[in-house]
Amino acid sequence: LQIYLPVADLPLNIFLLLGMGLCVGFISGMFGIGGGFLMTPLLIFIGVPPAVSVASVASHVAASSFSGAISYWRKRALDVALALMLLGGGIAGTGCGVWLFTILRALDQLDLVIGISYVTLLSIVGGLMIYESAQAIMRARRGQPATLRRPGSHTWAHGLPFKVRFKRSKIYVSSIPVIGIGFTIGFVGAIMGIGGGFMLVPMLIYFLRAPTATVIGTSMVVTLVTMASATVMHAATNHLVDAVLAFILMVGGVTGAQFGARTGQKMRSERLRLLLGVLVLAVGLRFAYELVVQPADLFSIRAVGDAS
Amino acid sequence: MKRLAAAFCFCFLAANAQAERLVVSLSNERVYITSSFTGENLVLFGTIEPDAAATRLRSGYDLVVTATGPMEEFRARKKSRVLGIWVNTQTRRITRAPAYDTILSNRPLGDITTAEHRERLRIGLDALPLQQQVGRRAGEMPKDDPFRAAFLRLQNEYGLYREDPAAVTFLTPTVFRASIPLPSQVPTGTYTIDVKLFTEGALVGGAQAPLSIIKAGFEQYVAEAARDHGLLYGLVMALLALGTGWIASVVFRRD
Repeated sequence: LQIYLPVADLPLNIFLLLGMGLCVGFISGMFGIGGGFLMTPLLIFIGVPPAVSVASVASHVAASSFSGAISYWRKRALDVALALMLLGGGIAGTGCGVWLFTILRALDQLDLVIGISYVTLLSIVGGLMIYESAQAIMRARRGQPATLRRPGSHTWAHGLPFKVRFKRSKIYVSSIPVIGIGFTIGFVGAIMGIGGGFMLVPMLIYFLRAPTATVIGTSMVVTLVTMASATVMHAATNHLVDAVLAFILMVGGVTGAQFGARTGQKMRSERLRLLLGVLVLAVGLRFAYELVVQPADLFSIRAVGDAS
Repeated sequence: MKRLAAAFCFCFLAANAQAERLVVSLSNERVYITSSFTGENLVLFGTIEPDAAATRLRSGYDLVVTATGPMEEFRARKKSRVLGIWVNTQTRRITRAPAYDTILSNRPLGDITTAEHRERLRIGLDALPLQQQVGRRAGEMPKDDPFRAAFLRLQNEYGLYREDPAAVTFLTPTVFRASIPLPSQVPTGTYTIDVKLFTEGALVGGAQAPLSIIKAGFEQYVAEAARDHGLLYGLVMALLALGTGWIASVVFRRD
C-alpha cells in the first residue's frame, strides 16, 4: 500500500515505514535512546531526501522519548533540575545547529557534513562503548565486582567554578560542563537528525559521574525537548518536516519502544552496552564506506525551486 | 541573420496556411496528486483533418508529442576525491530547465526530420536549451558540457526526461493516440503538451493542449501548511509527537 508523502514528494509503502518505525522503536526502547541515528540513514537509504529525513525524524524521536520519559517519571527515575540545565544549553545548540544546517544546504555540502559527522561520531562512540563494556564483561568473568560509579571520585569537570548541587542525582558539579554537554548534543542533533541519547548517556556518566539510575530518564527528557524544538525550528526555517512520514514513523516507533523496553530490562547491562556499541559502530562504518568508495555516479542534481 | 530568421518564419506561416489541422484531446486535463498517487499514464488522442475541404490529405504522417513541465532552477554537482573521501567539488547553477520533458513520436526523431530542423524547432532532448549561470555570466549551457549530459542522464533515470520513439501509434492513417507516462515523483505545476505533425520531414501542422498537475485534498493541505505556515505547522507537529508518545504510554501501561 503506497502512500504519497506531501513534503518529501514521493510515494512510499506505508507498511515499510511502519515496520521501520517498529524496529527502530524496539531498539530505542531496549537501549533507552531515541534511535534517530538509525532512522535517518534508513530513510535516506529508501530514497527520502536527506534534508527531509533529518527534519522529520526529529519529531519521531520526540514522540518515542516522550513515551519513555513518562514511564521514567512514574518511577521517579529522572532528575528535573539536571535536565533543565542541560536543556538551557541544548536549545541554544539546536538553534545554532538549524542555522548551520540551512547554510550547509545552500552550499551543497549538507550530505557531506552529515556523512562525516556520522562516521566520526558513531565510530568513536561505538568503539568506546565496545571497549568499555568488553572490559566490564571480562571483569565480571574474573569475578571482580563491576563498579562503574566510584562515589566521591572526581574528574576535571568537578574542578570548575559555578558549582550546583543536583539532589536527585546526588552530584555536586560545575554548571559549565553541564551547559556545554547540552549545547553539544543540541547542536549535533539538529544537524544529524538524532536525539543524541546514545552520546548523552555516556557523557553524563563519565564526565559528571551521574548515577545510571537517573541518567536514562534525564537523557530522555533532554532528547524530548531538543527534538521537539528542532521540529519546530526545522519546520519554520526549512519547511521540510513531512507530517505524513513523521506520523507513520511515530506510531511505529512508540509501539516498538514499549516492547523493546521489556526486552532490555531482561538483559545484563554490560551485554546491552556491548550490543549498542556494535550497532553504533556498524552504522558509522556503513557511512565511512560510502564516503571512501567511489560512488557509482559522480554527478548529482537537486531542484532548488521555480526558475526566476 | 535576422533576414534569414524572417525567411524561416515566413516559410512556417506559409506551410501552416496550407497545412492540415490537428485536433487533440487529453484523457485528463488535470491530474490530482492524492495520498494514493503512484504515477499515471495520460492518453492523448488526436485526428488529422484537412484544413480546407478542397485539400487532400497526404499520406506518411509523422507525429512528435512533447510534454513539458514547469521551469525550475537546479543545481548540478560533481564529486571528486579530496583527502581520500568523495566530496562535491564542482557545482553548476542551471537557472532554467523544465522539471519534466518527454518527447514521444511514432518513429525515431532522426527518421522524422533533419537535425537542423529539430534544433530550430526545439524537438528532442538534444535540442533542449538549458540556461545556466557561471559566475556573473548567464547563458545557454554548451551542448558538449559534461554537466549537461549528466543532467539529462539523471533526469532520465528519475523518469522525468525521456524520448520514446514508439509511444505514438496510428489507429487509422489519420487517427492517433499517444500515452504520456507520469512517474510517481512527477513535479506539480502547469504543463504544455505540444503536438507537431510532419510529412516528409516538413512541419505541416501543430496543436497544443494545457495540462496541470496539482496536489489535492489532504496532500495539498499539508504541503501548503508546511510551506506557508512553517512555525504553526512545526508547533502542531511537536504537539502531535507528544500526543502520540503520551497515548502509547497510556495504552501500554503495565504498572
